[in-house]
Amino acid sequence: MSEKFQDSEEKSVEAHAYTPGLKVKRSMTVDKTRRLPIFGEVFVNEGDVVDHELIVARTEISGDPEIVKVAMLLGVEPEDLPLYMLKKIGEQVEEGEILANYAAFFGLIKKQVVSPKSGTIESISDITGQIIIRGDPIPVDVDAYIPGKVVEVLPKEGAVIETNAAFIQGIFGIGGESHGEIRMAVDRPDNVLSEDLITTEDKGAVLIGGSLVTLGALKKSVEIGVSCIVVGGIRHDDLISFTGEEIGVAITGQEEMGLTVIITEGFGTMRMSQSTFDLLKSFEGYQASVNGATQIRAGVLRPETIIPHQEIAEQGSEELSSGMVPGTPVRIIRQPYFGAIGLVKFLPVERQQVESESYVRVLDVELDDGTVVTVPRANVEIIEE
Amino acid sequence: MSQIKIPREDMKYILATDVGSTTTKARIFHRKDGEWRFLAAGEAPTTVETPYEDVTMGVQNAVREVEELTGHKILSPDGSGIVVPHNGDTGVDIYCTTSSAGGGLQMMVAGLIKSMTAESANRAALGAGAIVMDVIARDDGRMPYQKIQRIRSLRPDMILLAGGTDGGASAHVMEIAELIKASEPKPRLGIGYKLPIVYAGNKSLRPQIEKLMSEGFALDMVDNIRPVLEVENTEPARRAVHELFMEHVMSHAPGYTKLMKWTDVDIMPTPAGEGMAMQLIADTFKENVLGVGLGGATTNVYSIVDSKFVRSVSANLGMSYSVTNVMKEAGIENITRWIPFKLEEEEVSSRLMNKMIRPTTIPQTLEDLIVEHSVAREALRLGLSHHRTIATRLKGVQFERTISDMFEQEREATYVKMMVIDILAGTGGLLSHAPRRIQSMLILTDAWQPEGVTKMFQDSVFMMPHLGVLSTVYRDAAWSIFDKDCLVRLGTCVAPAGTAELGAPVMKVEMTMPGGESLVEGLSLGEVKLIPLAEGQEAKAIITPAKQFDMGDGPGKAVEKTITGGVAGVLLDARGRPIYLPEEDNARKELLIKWFRSLDMYPEDKLKELL
Repeated sequence: MSEKFQDSEEKSVEAHAYTPGLKVKRSMTVDKTRRLPIFGEVFVNEGDVVDHELIVARTEISGDPEIVKVAMLLGVEPEDLPLYMLKKIGEQVEEGEILANYAAFFGLIKKQVVSPKSGTIESISDITGQIIIRGDPIPVDVDAYIPGKVVEVLPKEGAVIETNAAFIQGIFGIGGESHGEIRMAVDRPDNVLSEDLITTEDKGAVLIGGSLVTLGALKKSVEIGVSCIVVGGIRHDDLISFTGEEIGVAITGQEEMGLTVIITEGFGTMRMSQSTFDLLKSFEGYQASVNGATQIRAGVLRPETIIPHQEIAEQGSEELSSGMVPGTPVRIIRQPYFGAIGLVKFLPVERQQVESESYVRVLDVELDDGTVVTVPRANVEIIEE
Repeated sequence: MSQIKIPREDMKYILATDVGSTTTKARIFHRKDGEWRFLAAGEAPTTVETPYEDVTMGVQNAVREVEELTGHKILSPDGSGIVVPHNGDTGVDIYCTTSSAGGGLQMMVAGLIKSMTAESANRAALGAGAIVMDVIARDDGRMPYQKIQRIRSLRPDMILLAGGTDGGASAHVMEIAELIKASEPKPRLGIGYKLPIVYAGNKSLRPQIEKLMSEGFALDMVDNIRPVLEVENTEPARRAVHELFMEHVMSHAPGYTKLMKWTDVDIMPTPAGEGMAMQLIADTFKENVLGVGLGGATTNVYSIVDSKFVRSVSANLGMSYSVTNVMKEAGIENITRWIPFKLEEEEVSSRLMNKMIRPTTIPQTLEDLIVEHSVAREALRLGLSHHRTIATRLKGVQFERTISDMFEQEREATYVKMMVIDILAGTGGLLSHAPRRIQSMLILTDAWQPEGVTKMFQDSVFMMPHLGVLSTVYRDAAWSIFDKDCLVRLGTCVAPAGTAELGAPVMKVEMTMPGGESLVEGLSLGEVKLIPLAEGQEAKAIITPAKQFDMGDGPGKAVEKTITGGVAGVLLDARGRPIYLPEEDNARKELLIKWFRSLDMYPEDKLKELL
């Protein structure tokens, strides 16, 4: 390697690297685009005030197809199939209805094929000898998800709903969209949410825990009908036991556990950040819309808790993250200081060697207790408050 | 199509970028005194997602960093792109780029028979740089309704359909086509995107395919991928996939229409660029190469054996986004077996889950680094194992059988055998950024277990994709940079194949070093040793394996080889093949520590604290 090359390597790495943090906002304008997967009908108009349950758009996706090997079942050549079909393309059929009929030797040999499902004949192939029956269309509804005002109608696709709300992003979640009243299950952000803290009064609630939710608490929540749990951490083993499968790649939201779970900090016992905890506590009794859907790659999607309220939104809270400067509040997101929160104290320009012997760009963080630690810049995230 | 207008001899600066899923990496190359060299690198977060949704912003940020480092102006002052050609201290003569942002090119592949046309179609799609989401075949073990459900749940960017030899099977091929049509696959890129489908099957079925598929799909028909059973012809399909990628997929990704106007060379999927670089190594050295791009989301493995190039991509094996999938597929116990100190499995799995949800973090502690290195070994092992299912001889071909074949149960599926591999090459963040070069050498060795004498290379600062795409228009410049600034010669691994009891003799190595001095080493099972031999130096060696070990010429047979040096040195590996690793926990840890210490893998003081 050339000298020059090594020099430029030194200077080049990670100059612009920083991790935009998770949003924890007391008051902001939240826009939600509610869109159909394919074109359909939109039921709302701009300016309408909607509740979270209101259906804003509806469509039908084509039903499941079923392939029936009619020629083979009749024992005829594929090219002769049209001769024996009793139904034509586009015709409706009922389950059990005769689709095709074959008779030979003056009716001594008779074969019939009946429809395995109700639907419409979509195709009859004289090459493969098979027909396709298309099941009844499947209706797809999109609701408003958050209460608010329709600020834009997307013709044939849906609408954009806007509301003023507290907005708290989590780092990982499971389960889809849900709603409920915010209830505090613990007193402090380092408390463990165990099953004995959950009562029948929590039915339908968005329950706030502290540093960890136990497997027992998850199971009891499902029994009682808790809507959602928002908590700092979860053990990996408990998550597997609860969902019944290992999470390979983080694309979640489709789980049908009967409970949405939102993790705000990470895996293991993780004290919920004080500001997140305090914010949620201040809205105890409010209705919240929640979604556990998480996607880390190809379109980052983080789980969210949205608490609509009437306080006025802060000004300029929607700017693009401009990076770190001394005084920026950050959370350390990797060992050995995982979960620690502090303020950026110093941002050295030169790369420094860390314990692993890697030369990386670092920053000094003054932790809550006054100690100053040096960590790679890649290992902190900005707390967007 | 390349639109390069400047004569090569007048060129002075070349800019190449890779728009990755997280980071956009810009590299500038410069010709000085007639020689092309790497000049500087700039990196910035990729801006494919909201709120930016324009990849050119990330490209500009990365290029701006290059400008700051070199003082050479590259970006047009009005923001309209890259200044081409160069004039004094402004502009470059070629701008080219690769891309994997937004999940790369995701394809679904279908064929008639799983081990024949479907396998050939899979190889063609992979060769074009795609991530293959699923391979549908008539005999894939799923019922038609299960296949339909699967197709309906996928969101591909493109479909490749093969099946039948020319003039051969027709009805069964149409069955597959009808199944795809009935499933109404929805493209990932949403409403308004017409899903491209490439038909590369029995050509006598083209009229029927056209009738069936022309509505609802963007249909392209190319020469049959298996015109006869004995021939695999993937090139036309690969080319069609590439063209459709440019025409449909790229033009739907945010900012790509603009980026396409900036570049002088077609945008290439990152793995395709990486593959070109691996082929460049094989072409230049005229040797068999096994290479890997160990990324955050995927592991791409490339083999060039007897000039046959095959690429595999394991879409969900990687070191950040996919790190927990490595844990899921390998099993946590296979990861922890490489850790020489006590760390509870739950602790390891929680750390990996935390890495997955915050994929851009890096290990600060030695403990964390060793955990990541353990995962890397397993990702590489699984990636190679996947590759071997793709790098196979053509199935369905009649072989002339000899007497000796009659004793074989079946022909071995893969031809990627470690004894025939001459060079191992690695790229990707974890390998390139390993604090000590011996770390990447041992990780590759542990994972892939090279046999005989194997040279080991790695990418210096991730520029293989850049040089791969450049090599399509300017091979000499690409190779010059590749040779001098990109390819780090780690050294050579000397490892006899075979097994024995711990402590049994494995090999005797007699080396004549560059200065003429002799060196004799005898190694027993369970031992490793590193012999310093600098980059660019060579030593003659006679390696005599013990009678149950093989260096390539048969058990116990001595071989005479020229060993090349590198930044790490010559790794004499007498751990057996497969590598001997005790079941018993303490014995395993002790042996790992012995290896790490004898190779000086990690800083001793920190390692001691962990034990």
